[in-house]
This record gives sequence, structure tokens and C-alpha cells, in this order.
Amino acid sequence: MTTPTSAPVAAGVLAPESTQVLHVREHCVEVVSDSGEGAQKCGQSFGAVSAKMGNGVWTVEIIPAEIQPPARTPASASGVRIRLGTQAITNWGDHAELVVAFNEQVLLSRHRQEALADDAVILIESMWAEHDNDSIRAAWNAAMEELSARNYRIILVPMEERCLTVVDDPRRGKNMFVFGLLAAIYGRDTERCKAQIAYAFRKKKPEIYERNAELFDLGCAWARENLPFRVEVATEPYTDDMVVMNGNTALGMSAIAAGMDLCSMYPITPATSVSHYLSEVFEDAGGIVHQAEDEIAAVGVAIGASFAGKVAFTVTSGPGLALKTEFLGLAAMTEVPLVVVDVQRGGPSTGLPTKVEQSDLLAVLYGQPGDAPKVVIAPSTIEECFHVLITARRIAEAFRCVVYVLTDANLATGVQPFPRPKPDSNWMAGPPDQDPVPEGARPYDWDDRTGLSRRFIPGQAGGMYTLTGLVHDEDSKVRYATGVNQRGCDMRSRKIAVLQSTLQPPKTHGESHGDVLVVGWGSTRGTIEEAVDRLVSEGHAVSSANLTFLSPLEPGLKDLFARFRSVMTVEVNFSDEKDAPYITDENRRRGQLCTLLRAQTLVDIDCWTRVPGQPLRPADVADAIRANVRSVTADANGDPS
Amino acid sequence: MTATCTLTDCGAAPDVEYSMDDYAGPVARWCPGCGDHSVLSAAQRLLATHQMAPEKTVFVSGIGCSSRFPHYLRTYGFHGIHGRALPISTGVKLARPDLDVFAVMGDGDCCSIGAAHWIHAVRYNVNMVALLLDNNIYGLTKKQTSPTTPQGFPSNTQPRGSILPPMNPLSVTLGVTNASFVAQTADWAPQHLYATLDAAYRHRGFAFVRILQRCPIWTASLFRDAVQDPAKVEVLVHEKGIHDATTEAIHTNHLDHDPSDLNAARALAEEGGMRLGLFFHDPTNACYDETRRVPGYTPEDRIAILKRELDRHAV
Ligand SMILES: Cc1ncc(C[n+]2csc(CCOP(=O)(O)OP(=O)(O)O)c2C)c(N)n1
Ligand code: SF4
Ligand SMILES: [Mg+2]
Repeated sequence: MTTPTSAPVAAGVLAPESTQVLHVREHCVEVVSDSGEGAQKCGQSFGAVSAKMGNGVWTVEIIPAEIQPPARTPASASGVRIRLGTQAITNWGDHAELVVAFNEQVLLSRHRQEALADDAVILIESMWAEHDNDSIRAAWNAAMEELSARNYRIILVPMEERCLTVVDDPRRGKNMFVFGLLAAIYGRDTERCKAQIAYAFRKKKPEIYERNAELFDLGCAWARENLPFRVEVATEPYTDDMVVMNGNTALGMSAIAAGMDLCSMYPITPATSVSHYLSEVFEDAGGIVHQAEDEIAAVGVAIGASFAGKVAFTVTSGPGLALKTEFLGLAAMTEVPLVVVDVQRGGPSTGLPTKVEQSDLLAVLYGQPGDAPKVVIAPSTIEECFHVLITARRIAEAFRCVVYVLTDANLATGVQPFPRPKPDSNWMAGPPDQDPVPEGARPYDWDDRTGLSRRFIPGQAGGMYTLTGLVHDEDSKVRYATGVNQRGCDMRSRKIAVLQSTLQPPKTHGESHGDVLVVGWGSTRGTIEEAVDRLVSEGHAVSSANLTFLSPLEPGLKDLFARFRSVMTVEVNFSDEKDAPYITDENRRRGQLCTLLRAQTLVDIDCWTRVPGQPLRPADVADAIRANVRSVTADANGDPS
Repeated sequence: MTATCTLTDCGAAPDVEYSMDDYAGPVARWCPGCGDHSVLSAAQRLLATHQMAPEKTVFVSGIGCSSRFPHYLRTYGFHGIHGRALPISTGVKLARPDLDVFAVMGDGDCCSIGAAHWIHAVRYNVNMVALLLDNNIYGLTKKQTSPTTPQGFPSNTQPRGSILPPMNPLSVTLGVTNASFVAQTADWAPQHLYATLDAAYRHRGFAFVRILQRCPIWTASLFRDAVQDPAKVEVLVHEKGIHDATTEAIHTNHLDHDPSDLNAARALAEEGGMRLGLFFHDPTNACYDETRRVPGYTPEDRIAILKRELDRHAV
């Protein structure tokens, strides 16, 4: 056996007297354990405290694919990545620089996914190295061999041994010990940490809090005595009041803030936690979460409620969206206001249930048979998740249409601080109009120019009509006469153009002209902007634009694209590689936004897309942009390429 | 189904008197002799009897001949999509407990494509009336086998006769936990039909009424015997049941059945046969729209909740 270059070191042999303090503007740390050992709770608590102390923070969950994967296997890796910064952090970054692993197998999983920096510091539970069980020791040795390919600095930590001094079953408790380690390494405020622990165990008995606080202290003490390094990510105190939460919690609050009263859903990852959050608090605010018998019923109930005057929303992910299709066509046809939240995951079919993808854009846009115009909005930050349903509900009511809100698994579980919103009663829906309808008014009194009309709500005297998904005229009467369908389609489509006339052209991140413009949507925004910043600092003329409205598209895109020599999209969905066998410029299937933009602008837009089952990394995006920059500048110089 | 009496409800135009005609929409375009006509008349009579405000009444349907129903009434209507009348009705009632809600479905609508919703609607037991217009066939799409088509009866999809034994909508409904009102009536017994709708409307909870419905176009032979020979029909009688003197005089076969006895109701339904009456009734079952009702709020209340939530997530 060759000697590993990164042989694990027992912490005791390190000399904490000569403690090094690493001063950085940002740092990326991961905590990984077997599923069920609580690394997520540890990491989320650490992230929350860091945000409260004034760091920019982005956290991403590392989620095992199964509920009960076998322990001590790479498939079992469960945890969190926390990226801290002096300034705001908008994405999960590239590689983890510090990792705390509860066993070597979950560590291997991160290593194999190339999640770790080549010189990452790894703190790992020491008990497996000397374990009584031969096969465990052998697995440990094999893992160390594999890990030795990198320059990791591996430090052994007697987690189990230390925790046993407080608890009988260290599987329940190591996570708070590790929280203590991190608190000591990053100099986190003990009081805040304890308050966070109290919050994490708020539903448990007080003894549970006390035991976990004790484990936390133990972890702190051990790190202080044994670890020869600290990491200091300077904090800049916030000038605004801030809040911190994940995207799904923000969506839940958004529903309350928008004055909605009904969330009608069927459980599906990664959308469900919106309803978990709402189920806890919605009733206090006069709303309910209705768990329907399936997604079809979920949207049907929402449509029934909206028809009756209370705009409701349904929240789902890909497979559920597929089931809702027919009802969504009905809502478009009958102009029932409705808000649909799609927290996208990998697909098609059951796909990657817990992982990010942006693959539902075209399904949302074109998923209904027949012509079904709609509005599609994609928030790109947690803060936008908080505001999006307020906008969505307003548009749905004002334009009598379905508004889709596309988020994804990355926003759903990503945690980020943002300025505290100031709730306003103007954000909320008023009570349904119950005044008699004016004499002569009709249920689809389309304005010829705008397609807009006022809707009648049950309870309004004189407004009785039968809503129907069949082709209907202004009186909602079924009519197949020539021209009736054409007019209905015209009117429903026109509204989308009218909405577009109220939108602003997208702002660019960086210069408004240059060599390459990178266009993205949704949760990739932070990653793309960070990649663009890196290229700009290398001297390249690169900018980016993020599209919040996907239907209607924001105005002025053609002009914007004309100011760059090349335009490309970066997306988390599938596209053929240009140089793959059989792939030509004509048959190449491109990214979904790319396809849409090409069709709408006739600009020859390129794309770089990936479906890795995890968020994109700024370094990979930067490489892709760099390649594009090279080909643009090579073309310009007349170089043969 | 009892409407919750809110202040707005009670304040609704007390001096207006609605006649049956006030509820009539355009001329119904079902085939002559179609049983749906008679259900429509019974519904209009029910609306007038209870003086339901047209603007406070919603008829929801799916797709099929029977689902044209709302178009022929002057109330609010929702002609939805095939099989999904019940989720829509549930949404209407959850949002607006002050409205009277009726769902009208065909046998394909309710028992085939919408079967999951049917079972769960019985469980939810939302205050509303659900009418199953059962002609034992897919009418609108021209004679395909439905779940209630008698075994052996030929159709365009099963020309050598329906392959499976038919589903019994009464036993299915009675098998669902929380069923609270299950009745059967027939379009050709208008008095009984009306009396059944009236009992269903008065019921607190989800009132499920299966209406045997003639389709002279596709299933003319199916109910002929029962229509021509009143002795082929048995009427359930009981002081707690549906009482209609005319029907009981025409159909002299009476069967005493206490509708509060669930086991007896299940056994009776399982036996099949042509029985009209109230199989089961329990107005004490929990109603989802009542259990889930939450107090109203003002925008200020909501802002206070949001502030509390933001505090919980404050940095
Ligand atoms: C999703 C969907 N599938 C199929 C149809 C075609 N379709 C319309 S009505 C119907 C069946 C009608 O039978 P039933 O529900 O018994 O109503 P009836 O016409 O007999 O009153 C079918 C299959 C449809 N409209 N939508
Ligand atoms: S086809 Fe049958 S069910 Fe349909 S309208 Fe005619 S008679 Fe009635
Ligand atoms: Mg039928």
C-alpha cells in the first residue's frame, strides 16, 4: 500500500498554540453525515447564525436520493453546504474548502462529485479508523487511499468518544457537537448559537435543548484545544433589518402577504415544504392548506375557489404539473384567475425528485393542447420569492389569466438573508365584489383593443352565467359559429401583449454592450453574475441579463441582443452538445430559454446547459463563457477556427 | 345541504319572490324523452320551493349530455371538464360557504374518469348536493360502455356486450367512510325525484343522489320494464326516509328500511334491484367545509401575522 499523500492526522498531534487565522472574504464549508444523523440541522443552524452575525450566506442542502439509504455508503450522504461571505452571497460557489464528515463513505461521495477543493481541510470522525469490525477498517483504508489522489488535509476528530460523555446514542447529538466545532473555527457568537439551538428544538422538551447545548459546548471546547486554525470571514453589519429563510418559506409568506386564502396542493418534492410552512401558520391568518386527493383535484379546487371570487393557488413540481394540464387549459379558456407555483425538479417522469432543474419552461408555455396564453414569472432570489405571489395574484386578477411562478429546488432549499419586507395592506386581495353587475354587462365583455374584461363573481346579482370550457361568446354562450373561436383566441392572447407593454426592458449586469451577453432565468442568476464578474475582472467584455418574465418576454430584447457580438443562454436543462455524433446546427436541441428566444427574436443565440442534478458552479459557467468569448474574438480577428 | 346563515345571507332581498320560471335558462337541448329534462324540472322546482337566490346558487358539472345542465338554469354555473365537477364544487364551497352548491355528473363522469374525486368527496362530506345522472352509457360520445352498463349490453366499444359486471354506485358510496346521505330515485318518478332532491338539499353534508336516467337514444331498453310495470320497482319507506304519497301509491312494492342503519343500507344496496328511496342518512358526520372554516381577518390582522413570521426569521 502506498502512503497517502494526505494521510489523516490525529488532531492531538497538532499544536493549537501556533493557531493560524485565515482571513478571507468568503469561505465554503460542508457538513455531511449519514442520512438521519442531523448534518442538515447543524449546517442550517450554522448558516442562520452566520447570517445573523452579518455574513452573506447561501446554503444548499445535500439530499440523499432515498429516505433510508444504508448507513455508511456514499448514497447516504446528507448534509449542507454553507457559503459565507463578507458581502452578499448569491450562489453555492465552486468547491468546499472545509468539510466536516461523520464517516469516510459520505466524504467519498462528496469527493467523487468533485465538490471539494483540492486543498480542502477535512474534519472526520476518527472512530472508523480503529474500528473493531475488519470490513469497516478495510473500507476506511480504501477510502483514504482513494482520497489520497488529492491534497486534502485530513484531521481526525473523536466525535463519538466526546459525545459519549454526554449522550448514550451519539447518532443523536454529534450534529450539535459539530455545530460547536464550526462555531469555534469561525468565531460564532455563543449566545446566538444557543438561541438557534433552542429554536431548532422548539418543539421538543427543554431537556433536549439542554443536552444539545452541552454537546455544542463540547464541540467548541474540543476545537479550541485541538485545532490549529481559525477562519475569519469579516462581517459588515447590515444597514437594513434583515430576515433569513429558504425560498419555499418565502413563497409561503408571499401567499399570506398577497391576501390569498387557499393553497390547494398534493405533496410532491421539492414543492411540498411550501405547504408544510403554510400549514403551520396559514390558519392564524385566515387561510387554509387543502391537501387534495391528487394534483388534478388540487388545481380543480383552486379553480373552483377562484371562480367563486377568492384567488387561490396550487403548488407543485413537474409530474404534478403534467397532471394539472387539462384544468390549466380550462382556466386559460375561461379566464379564471389562478396562480400556479411550479418548484421545478429534474425530469422527465419521476426524474430527479430532490434536484434542481429548469426543464419545465416549455411545458408550462406550451403544455396545454390548443392555444392557452398565460403569464410566466421566474423569481431569481429568495427575496423575489417573497414578493412574487403578490405580483402574480394581481396580474391573475387584473388580466383574468393563469400566472405560473417557476422556481426550482435550488431556490426551494437555498437559504439567504434579504432586507426585511414591510408588509402592506395594498398587497392583499380585497373581498370579492358582491355588488350587482351593471345593467347590460356581459361575462366576457372583451375590450376590443386589450382583450380585458371584468369578471362576474357568484353572489353578484344579475351576473348569472355559466362558465364553460367550450368555445363561447361574450355572454359565455357556447357558440361554434365561424369567427367566435378566432375572436376568443385573439382576446385571450391580446392580454399578454398588453401586459408586456407595461414591462421594462431587462437591465444588464455589467455594460450594456460588449462581446458576449449571457442570458439566464431563475435561480442561476447569482451564479451567472459571479461568473460574468470573474470574466470582467480578466478584462473581457461580458455582461449578463436575467429575465424575470418569460411570458410575455420583457420588451427590448432584440435591441439588447444587437448590442453584443454574441448572445448565449446558461440554463439547467438539456441541450445537445454541438460536437456530439449526429448533431448538426439544424437538428440540435437547444436549451429551453434559448429555443424560445431564438423563435421570438430571430437572433442566432447559443446556449450552454447542464443537467448535473445540482446547481451550476460559477467556475464552470465562467469556462463556458470564456469559450464563447474566444470564438467571438477569434471570428472577429479572422482567425481560422 | 343547509346554507350557513351569515348576515349577508339573511339580508338578501327578502321581498323578491322567485317562480320556477325565474330559474329557467335557454330551452334545454337534450333529446326528446331524455330523462335529463325531468331532473331539470325537479331542480327548478326545488330552487323555487327554497327561494334560493339565483346569484347565490352554483351548479357545477363535468362533460357529457347530463353536464349541459347548468346551461339551462339561470343561476351561476360552471360547466367544467370531464370527471372533475366535484373538485370544482369543493373549491367553490370552501371559498364561499354562503353559496348553495350542486354538482351534476354522468355515470362516465362520476364513476369512471372522476372516480377518485367521487370517493374523496364522500369522505370530505362538504355541504352540497351531488347528482349522478345514470343512463348506464356514455351518451354524448355515442354509446360507449360505462362502468354502470349492465353486463352483456352491447355498445360501440364492446359490441359483443359489456364485458364486466357493472359497478354499483350505491354500494361504492356507502362503502366510503363518512358517507352521510345516499339515495336513489328515477327520472320517470317525478314526485319521488323532487322529494329526494328536497331531502338532499336539506341534508347537512354531502348528499349523493343516483338518478336512474332514461336515454331513449342509446339505452332505450334498459329501464323500459321498470317504467312500464310499477311492480318492478320497490320503494323504501320509513318515517326517517323520503316520503312521497304518489310514488307510494303507484309502486305498491314497499320495503321498510331505516336509513340510519348503515349495515342494512349496505346489504340492501348490494342486493341490487330497482329500489328507490333513502338508503342512508347521518347528518351528524363531520363536514370538511365546516371543520376547515377559519375566522375571517382584516388586512391589519394579516400584517400582524406576517410581522410575527418575519420576526421569527429575523437576522
Ligand atoms: C378528458 C376527456 N376524455 C374524454 C372526453 C370525451 N367524453 C366526453 S363526455 C364522455 C362520456 C359521457 O358519458 P357520461 O359521463 O355518462 O355522460 P352522459 O353523456 O351519458 O350524460 C366522454 C368520454 C372528454 N371530454 N374529456
Ligand atoms: S343521447 Fe341520451 S342522454 Fe344524451 S341527450 Fe339524448 S337521450 Fe339524453
Ligand atoms: Mg351516461
